[in-house]
Amino acid sequence: MLPCTGRIDEALLLAAFENGADGVMVIGCLEGDCHYISGNIRARARVERVYKILEQIKIGPDRIRMYNLSAGEGERFASYANAFVDQVRNLGPSPINLVRSTNAQSAVQTAVQGEAT
Amino acid sequence: MITGTPKPIEEVLEMLEPYDNIIVAGCHGCVTVCRVGGEKEVQVLASTIRLAREAAGNKINIKEVSLERQCDPEYVESMRPYVGDYQAVLSIACGAGIQFLAEKFTTTPLLPGINTGFLGVTERQGEWAERCQGCGDCVLHLTGGICPVTRCAKSLFHGPCGGSVRGICEVDKEIKCGWQLIIDRLKALGQMENYGKLKPYKGWSSARDGGPRRIIREDMIS
Amino acid sequence: MKSGSNLEKVLAAGHFSVTAECGPPRGADPEIVRKKAAFVRGHVDACNVTDNQTAMVRMSSLAGCMLIKEQGIEPLIQMVVRDRNRIALQSDLLGASALGVRNLLCLSGDHQKFGDDPQAKNVFDIDSMQLIHLVRTMRDEGVFPSGDKLEGAPQFFIGCAVNPFADPFEIRVPRLKLKIDAGADFVQTQCIYNMDKFKKYMEDARKEGLHEKVKILAGVTPLKSAGMAKFMRRMVAGMDIPEAVIERIAAEPKDKQAAKGIEMCIEQIEELKEVEGVAGVHVMAIEWEEKLEEIIGGAGLLPRPVLV
Repeated sequence: MLPCTGRIDEALLLAAFENGADGVMVIGCLEGDCHYISGNIRARARVERVYKILEQIKIGPDRIRMYNLSAGEGERFASYANAFVDQVRNLGPSPINLVRSTNAQSAVQTAVQGEAT
Repeated sequence: MITGTPKPIEEVLEMLEPYDNIIVAGCHGCVTVCRVGGEKEVQVLASTIRLAREAAGNKINIKEVSLERQCDPEYVESMRPYVGDYQAVLSIACGAGIQFLAEKFTTTPLLPGINTGFLGVTERQGEWAERCQGCGDCVLHLTGGICPVTRCAKSLFHGPCGGSVRGICEVDKEIKCGWQLIIDRLKALGQMENYGKLKPYKGWSSARDGGPRRIIREDMIS
Repeated sequence: MKSGSNLEKVLAAGHFSVTAECGPPRGADPEIVRKKAAFVRGHVDACNVTDNQTAMVRMSSLAGCMLIKEQGIEPLIQMVVRDRNRIALQSDLLGASALGVRNLLCLSGDHQKFGDDPQAKNVFDIDSMQLIHLVRTMRDEGVFPSGDKLEGAPQFFIGCAVNPFADPFEIRVPRLKLKIDAGADFVQTQCIYNMDKFKKYMEDARKEGLHEKVKILAGVTPLKSAGMAKFMRRMVAGMDIPEAVIERIAAEPKDKQAAKGIEMCIEQIEELKEVEGVAGVHVMAIEWEEKLEEIIGGAGLLPRPVLV
């Protein structure tokens, strides 16, 4: 459980990609409205750092984005989520997942071939 | 503290090309404080490398470790039981730490993950500045606590040179003239008589120019 | 006589002296030096040959000195501590003296960042103040700084540069005093355009009696155009060109600005002659050596005295 986006660090965001995420949406409280004063501001800086890392290693920076919302903004949350999902769909699976699915397919093929012989 | 900057990830990935099973080793000393080589940076770097390598279809296994200090033998030794199980160690400690690992683990290639910088201070979060060149012969008592060797771009002992304008060094508008700082401080301390004295030629043999240095404190050797 | 140089003799005899400077070429062609020398010969008491100024690689100062010496001009070797440690400096001093160079200007040198090779390692083993001291020790005591006896002491009239306009202004005179203590015989100043500030500097120097301990040659550089003035003010650290000076040259049409620059330079030399404690002028006609005769003659300083 994360009490605040301020508890998210770069390693955690990168771990999400390692674990197979095609995109990561970070949603924090409205800026200026953080229960821990500046947690969401720190989170934004960390998301920006991860954005740069993803760009450098060609995973694609647009797979991560931070949004700010209050707890009462359900509709806006839905529209943000839909927009981001569309964005990630357009990008397609992350290069990691592409490699993994290719490997999995060839593994299946090898297995099938193995059974056939 | 000893400061440093991360090497560009492209350079790190190029270094790692021959390997698929490595250790990324951080240090809890200076490089943790200047946020370039601590436990957190180990996690981020390892994760970045894994992602880049897997996306390139060339997976790599990484063991993440952070030593208390890479410059002290007892902490370095803690790596000995498993270091042989890996093809290389990517260290993000300072150059001293990296070399110490290299000389302790003679059959394992050691790779630098950061560019070591200088002996400096944290001026504000995210900004570090050089203060000492470790020349081995301190004159700060004569220069108002500001080092001419480090703070003057020409390491002059009788500055400032003609390139000092409104307190700024000609070399870069972001660099304050070290001698302007010295003079301001000497004036504030009422020690301007120190300015007017001819200083002897600096002995550089106690600096790096005398060859690699060693400090031996007989009283501490047991 | 400390060095027996022509410059030293002219100054000792109480003449208002004149020096100029030649920048060696960015190449190995000696003809370029000889051509410049032809414009200088007979108009100066000694001619500076710069040492990789602004950290741009040029023919060595010593080679340039020899080339102008062959043309009958007394050379003044400039030596910066940026590129040579104390071993190389001592060695070059001995060599220059052996080849008959009798005047020396000790400088820090512009930082290498401004030149061809900003990635070069700089030296700054000793600073210019300590170089002055080193030369004086060798000349007057006949020993190396290490204490070993020299097989023939180098003979130099020792000079240093001062920038009366660099900050902080209040230490400019104490710094000159330090250079005198270190062993400077003469001083060449940075180009002067702000005469009021220079006069204030000289007043402060006179209060300390420094003008009696060292020969002060005031530096001047004729302006070729208003554009050059603005460029120098913007780009050269420590260059103080008052607005009035720029306005005066800018008021001329473009094709008359060069002539105006020369006229202003001559006027300035006339004014400097009247400043107590100024022993001469150092005319830095940068890549404009052909105008030296006009400037120096125009200021009534030709012919130069011939002393034996």
